[in-house]
Amino acid sequence: MSTRRDFMGMALGGFTAVGAVGGFYAAKRTWDPLPSVKAAGSTIVDLSQAKEGEPMTEKWRGKPIFVLRKSADMPAHERDVVVKGVRYHVSIALCTHLGCIPAYKKASKTFFCACHGGVFDTSGINLPGLPPPSPLEIPPFAIEGNTLVLGSEGPEYLALKKNNLVV
Amino acid sequence: MKELKIFGVVAFFSLLTYYLVEPYAHHAMHAKFDAQGNEIKIESHGFVYDGTTEAAASAVAISDLEYKIGKEKDAKLKASLEKKLTLAKDVQAKKATFWKEVATIGQLTGNAKAGEAAFASCTGCHNGLNMNMGGVIPPNLDHAGALYDENYLIALLKDPAMASNVDHKYADTMLHPMGSIKGTMSHQQIADVVTYLKEKKAAEPTAKTAFMEACVRCHAMRYDKVTQLGDIPKTKENIKTGHDIDAMKYAQKVAEEQATLAGYMGKLPPDLSMIIRARSEHFMETFIEDPQTQLPGTSMPRVGLSEAGYEKVHEYLMDIGDPSKPARDMAGPWVLGFFFIFTILAYLWKSHQWKDLH
Amino acid sequence: MAKIDKKAFPFSKQWLDDRLALTTVMKVLNTEYWIPKNINFLWAMGMVLAATFGVLVISGIFLLMYYVPTVEGAFDSVNYTIMTEVGYGWLWRHIHGIGASLVFLIIYIHLFTGIYYGSYKRGREMIWISGMLLFVLFSAEAFSGYMLPWGQMSYWAGMVITNLFSGGSLEAYSFVEWIRGDYVPAQAFLGRFFMLHVFLLPLIIIATIVFHFATLRLPHVNNQEGKEVDFDESARLWKEGTVESRKKSEVIPFSPVFLSKDIFVMGVYFILFFYLVFYNFDFAMDPVNFDPADGLKTPAHIYPEWYFLWSYEILRPFSKDVGLIAFAVAQVALFALPFIDRSPNVAPASKRGLFKYWFWTLLVIMIALTALGKLPPTDPVFAAMGLVFAVAFLLMGPALYIITKFEKKIEEGA
Repeated sequence: MSTRRDFMGMALGGFTAVGAVGGFYAAKRTWDPLPSVKAAGSTIVDLSQAKEGEPMTEKWRGKPIFVLRKSADMPAHERDVVVKGVRYHVSIALCTHLGCIPAYKKASKTFFCACHGGVFDTSGINLPGLPPPSPLEIPPFAIEGNTLVLGSEGPEYLALKKNNLVV
Repeated sequence: MKELKIFGVVAFFSLLTYYLVEPYAHHAMHAKFDAQGNEIKIESHGFVYDGTTEAAASAVAISDLEYKIGKEKDAKLKASLEKKLTLAKDVQAKKATFWKEVATIGQLTGNAKAGEAAFASCTGCHNGLNMNMGGVIPPNLDHAGALYDENYLIALLKDPAMASNVDHKYADTMLHPMGSIKGTMSHQQIADVVTYLKEKKAAEPTAKTAFMEACVRCHAMRYDKVTQLGDIPKTKENIKTGHDIDAMKYAQKVAEEQATLAGYMGKLPPDLSMIIRARSEHFMETFIEDPQTQLPGTSMPRVGLSEAGYEKVHEYLMDIGDPSKPARDMAGPWVLGFFFIFTILAYLWKSHQWKDLH
Repeated sequence: MAKIDKKAFPFSKQWLDDRLALTTVMKVLNTEYWIPKNINFLWAMGMVLAATFGVLVISGIFLLMYYVPTVEGAFDSVNYTIMTEVGYGWLWRHIHGIGASLVFLIIYIHLFTGIYYGSYKRGREMIWISGMLLFVLFSAEAFSGYMLPWGQMSYWAGMVITNLFSGGSLEAYSFVEWIRGDYVPAQAFLGRFFMLHVFLLPLIIIATIVFHFATLRLPHVNNQEGKEVDFDESARLWKEGTVESRKKSEVIPFSPVFLSKDIFVMGVYFILFFYLVFYNFDFAMDPVNFDPADGLKTPAHIYPEWYFLWSYEILRPFSKDVGLIAFAVAQVALFALPFIDRSPNVAPASKRGLFKYWFWTLLVIMIALTALGKLPPTDPVFAAMGLVFAVAFLLMGPALYIITKFEKKIEEGA
């Protein structure tokens, strides 16, 4: 009697566990980011608004983005985003050390992070000997006419990514 | 077995209570009665527009008045009731004549080409520009042939207020925004224009397009980001101030349109995002077919959707108001199946546990 | 300090027993918590209620993550965010709505079972009183929850029910305003009912459920015949462990024997539950509440959810003050049941003479009041019936006192 009883009890317990997995799946889906949050994950940047030599700040997925239309005296770099023959530096404006927002210094043409003194040049490259371990990150983008769509991965972005230039 | 008998008793009283508070109480609550206490059944007529609902309403109004006159003792009140009766009979005759004429026009053979030429004068207002004219935005007619009933379109061109069954609203000084068309078109011209609409504007609309053309100028749908002016445009906030000035400007435009509309309709027509849950299927069907049957005196016009047109609008209302239906239909059998098997296993376990107890 | 086996492996059975007396706890709560053998499926309603409460808590947690307790945001957070955007948000909402309705169906079955078998007497008074307390708490929980979607019914139910606290001719409107935190139900009202619904009331309910369980401990659960079981002797027989002694024993342990039956009943119950969740949920989510709250437009018909209808109907047929008093009496009358019933018998109603008729009359009256509470009072027939049944309900108390006073004692073994 007892072995049979235990077997039925265990079968019921096991089957209940299967149901619980279903319940946990529904619970997991409830925790997922909402579709509206995901849909809001792309930002369109109108490049005609960019002034030469002066970075403008955009917002993408809650983070600040630098878009700098390079002037002639700023060195070109393979990380530059070229739209209609104009060079832009585009990056997530968070220092790669601990995530503070660097400020653009016009005089030295650098991005300076006040938190721990990190410095990046106009191509977003970190100057050696300072805390930041890597260049400013380039967000995924696609070029559409004279605009950048932040959040979607266009061929230009994928090319940069392939050459390990986005980070 | 004793337990089954007890279960039967519990189930009986539970179901009795359910029957009383749900189907029975809801029926009693929404039933409509005439003056003599007979229930008036409101039924759908398959979205056919030939004056049937008007005739039925007139018949009830007249018999109610006659009944009241028969019972009234006070001579003065009796006289005023008799006056009302004369008016009701006038309305009845007027409507009957109107729909008879509509039927005659329906017999004519329309010429689409001539209709197209005549239709040119309509595009002055029906231009899709979202401009308020006389209280309301004229509807976009891009899919009119697919959405609206032929007989209704004939009636509308003949007399818009009568076709929409809101003539009571325009009895005094108020003008129907499209009222100027009344009597300006010959019967042949009406037949031509309707033939043109039925032939050339008959492209199959999507569910949303059907709603946008038939309902949106009065009703917003905020769960689909739709206002009386259509889809809410995408705008961007100013990153330095956090304000989205374009959105504010748009909101003001919507508010102004709503104020004009509310002035014209008497109140702001409701947002329809949840209407499919707030009203029964039967209500929706009969109300859209003829709003006066469910809400006598309402300023909502009959829009003249054909059955196919109504199905499209209904589909959109379901998509927005009850979006979980596909997921429910998918998951329901699985969950119920799970509990069936669970119950069988639990019964087997219980049987073994209780086997040697008695 | 107690003796501790220092060599016990951490978290082994011995180690846990030394620290938590785990084996003893399991015995006290499960394997040696004795339940009479002579019971039917109605005895499973307690565990069905516990399970339903659990389901309500779990579904409530997921709703709470996206619900916005503001008058501007509440309606859309429920009807748009949760129903459209949140993955399986609709499932939690339907479960919560159906659960809130079914929990009352089971409470009423549980309550009428107690009355039928006389389970509120002879040492079981505290079980009854704590149970009635839970009924009141669940009512408050249901009412406060009904406010949260902020639809037309939420708003107007909130308006009407809080107005009851003006006390009729006492005209204590400042008290009503104090309850609402405003002249009408508005942000302050929604905020405080939200707090009550998701925090304070559940906390008190959980504590009261524990108390309700505790009240069962000494008098034990009743049985189908109202027989006084010798629990010590029966427990000894059960523990002997032979098939013969277990047959002779009049009890079973809560776990696993009683529980196996509970779980089977729960299985049947959850088939009904989820059938309603997927295919027939409208009765638990009133259409009127899908119109957003509008303080300038009263809906054509205002009625509470079905489980409040009987007491609502006792309020309705009388003039304002009399109605309020009748309503107040109806709320507390059931609490007093163990003290109104003067009969010495604990037995099923079928064996208790006139009490049998009293029981079925009470059931019919309450169902009639429930139906009339929703039927339009403008109909003169319904209005008259409402008055008759409300008066009849109030007379049931004195009737019980008289009937049971003259009830003959049933001899043991008769």
